Amino acid sequence: MDTLNIDYMLGLLPVMLKYLPLTLKMASIGMIAALILASLLAVVRVLKVPVLNALTIVFISFFRGTPLLVQLFLFYYGLPQVMSFLTQIDGVTATILGLTLHFSAYMAESIRAAIVGVDRSQTEAALSIGMTNLQLMRRIVLPQAARVAAPTLMNYFVDMIKSTSLAFTLGVTELMGATQKEAASSFLYFESFIMVAIVYWVMVEGLSFVQRWMEKRLNRAYQR
Amino acid sequence: MIAVRKLVKKFDGNAVLDGITLEVEQGEIIVVIGPSGTGKSTLLRCINFLEQPDGGEVQIGDVRVDATRASRAEILALRRNSAFVFQNYALFANKTALENIAEGLIVVNGWPKAKAHQRAREILERIGMSEKADAYPAALSGGQQQRIGIGRAMAAQAEVILFDEPTSALDPEWVDEVLELMKQLAVERQTMIVVTHEMQFARDVADRVIFMEGGRIVEQGPPSQLFSAPKDDRTRAFLRKVLNEVPPQCAAGI
Repeated sequence: MDTLNIDYMLGLLPVMLKYLPLTLKMASIGMIAALILASLLAVVRVLKVPVLNALTIVFISFFRGTPLLVQLFLFYYGLPQVMSFLTQIDGVTATILGLTLHFSAYMAESIRAAIVGVDRSQTEAALSIGMTNLQLMRRIVLPQAARVAAPTLMNYFVDMIKSTSLAFTLGVTELMGATQKEAASSFLYFESFIMVAIVYWVMVEGLSFVQRWMEKRLNRAYQR
Repeated sequence: MIAVRKLVKKFDGNAVLDGITLEVEQGEIIVVIGPSGTGKSTLLRCINFLEQPDGGEVQIGDVRVDATRASRAEILALRRNSAFVFQNYALFANKTALENIAEGLIVVNGWPKAKAHQRAREILERIGMSEKADAYPAALSGGQQQRIGIGRAMAAQAEVILFDEPTSALDPEWVDEVLELMKQLAVERQTMIVVTHEMQFARDVADRVIFMEGGRIVEQGPPSQLFSAPKDDRTRAFLRKVLNEVPPQCAAGI
């Protein structure tokens, strides 16, 4: 094996850090939007809201049943051809939209399972004191379901951070896109891609810390 | 006043409630007894529509609901006029003892948090649970959880509190503290309908005891009459069976 160009690798770091905020921005906006959408979808499924329930089933089936890359291409290259108002959509927006819809479909199913897992008698207790379905969801069921679903949802967040790298296929210069450009001009592909791999890895590990802290907090109410 | 008229509930075609009619005066303490599976719990659960009855009518205070065309708003109004104490406590696991009691006041009655917590503290004091205000249900004993469950029902200031076998899931050591609290409520003339197997409680506290079997009210009357001179053979058979299971010194108190 030839020697690694360590200096080049270290020199890449500042370049990468410059594009890190965009990656994090896409992932965090996508995550928050996906969480909100997934919660709504899950509640629709659990309460079996007429009409919406059927639409939700189709939505989840489509976004789980097709590759994220296909969905991104569809939003960015495809839809503007048939819907002219979408021509203004830029690569970043298309990525956030794609990540949101794609991951919300997965997360909706996790949240639904967690909701169903909350002790049914608490639902009855909430109804018995006169709460509406939405009140009992918001105040009693969702906070408890969040605790159950949290580890799975964090996994999806990790997955989402890594999936932002697909934005580069829409011409967005984010972490992966920037690395690709550097590699193409220096021809040091191994150095470039191992560095970007390390950056993603460190980011995900940092997140695991947050996850452990969060789970501890969410479990506070359940310690004897 | 609470009135139940010709209440019917069927599960898979079997009538679990077969036309129950019952009137309860304000401040009256009703205890419902009877063999397992005769619809006692179903009766309570139909009164506040946790189970949707198939026919009949329920009235609590000024809210009167026909089972066959009950609207969502009517059911909500009915539930806000009643409170329920569950066999397995059913406390909100994500809320402290204090929050469990205050929750309905905040969410349902729209009270400001500070006022609701103030009231919850008063109730905790009355049920002797002040030190446990900030404890979560998982950290409480069964008896303590059920007292909070009763506290939550008290907070609603409902026309009636429905007790569904409130001591059946408790270890024997916790039963008395829950029954004591219920007695205290009875002394304060809180209207209540209690489904229980605690015959001594029925004898000591009830204004009227109702014996149910096969989805019907077989016999009812003041405990002095129903326990000492039951009129119906089925009541006699049931009482003989359950009273033989309790220690003789209790049975002798009839």
